Amino acid sequence: MTLNVDKTDRKLIAATQKGLPLDPDPWGVIAERTGIPRGEVMARLRAMSERGVIRRVGIVPNHYKLGWVANGMSVWDIPDELTDELGQKVGNLSFVTHCYRRPRRQPDWPYNLFAMVHGRSHSEVEGKVARIAMVLKPHVRAFEVLYSTRILKKTGLRITPQTERIPHGSKV
Amino acid sequence: MGVELDDTDRAIINALQGGFPLVERPYAAVAEELGMSEAELLARLEKLLESGAASRFGPLFNVERAGGAVMLAALAVPGERFEEVAELVNAHEEVAHNYRRSHRLNMWFVLAAESMQRIEEVVREIEKETGLEVLRAPKEREYFIGFKVPV
Repeated sequence: MTLNVDKTDRKLIAATQKGLPLDPDPWGVIAERTGIPRGEVMARLRAMSERGVIRRVGIVPNHYKLGWVANGMSVWDIPDELTDELGQKVGNLSFVTHCYRRPRRQPDWPYNLFAMVHGRSHSEVEGKVARIAMVLKPHVRAFEVLYSTRILKKTGLRITPQTERIPHGSKV
Repeated sequence: MGVELDDTDRAIINALQGGFPLVERPYAAVAEELGMSEAELLARLEKLLESGAASRFGPLFNVERAGGAVMLAALAVPGERFEEVAELVNAHEEVAHNYRRSHRLNMWFVLAAESMQRIEEVVREIEKETGLEVLRAPKEREYFIGFKVPV
């Protein structure tokens, strides 16, 4: 479980999870803050990217602030043996931000594919959901779209108790 | 509430959703691609973060690979109990996000902890405190390619 990151990596995670320094030499600033040599900062960040500990380094737009106020979790019941093939196709759609296979919970919850879609309005989300349906048809047995109507909590994801936090832009 | 972006802001966000290069003077490298100066890029980035148009700029971690565990979960909360249950659920520090959604299963939250075992413990605590059964929706597979959603 902890093989992927050592103590120094954790220090780097803690130092960068709020964001990269907006400085011409961000690595140097991180080196100063953590006491990790500058070259090692770069090497370790690269290594964590290669190992997939870091998914990507980039900007997380706040969709809500940008007017993308409709957030729809579309859930689909498709045949198990096709989930990987079809899930990959749905995940490839440019407007799908997250796409996962999850277990069905019968009898009330038959859905095994989740695809998150954002839009400026419900009708925009519905248009995108219709495009997902086109990719999945004729294999869709049932689907629903669950719109978020309120954010009840939004904080960082923890990787270890108490101290270190992973920012909420991280995908789950 | 809303934030207006100009074309340069959009170009910056779209360029940086992908991969920020882990190289020497990375901002200079990105600025050159975008046809602007390093100073302008830095100033614009700062403004995007200040205005809230961007919530973060930096590494996005994969919690599982960083040695932790994450799970999506849901509750069907009776309308009159919604606020009370939200409070009980949110009180757990392992609950990272929680959204109300339009469905019988009207509360969807994400738990993050150092292990799946710990997550299961918290879920059982929530079930005990609320008297409601938690739907566990762990991720079995992820289908995702690169970055997305041009703004």
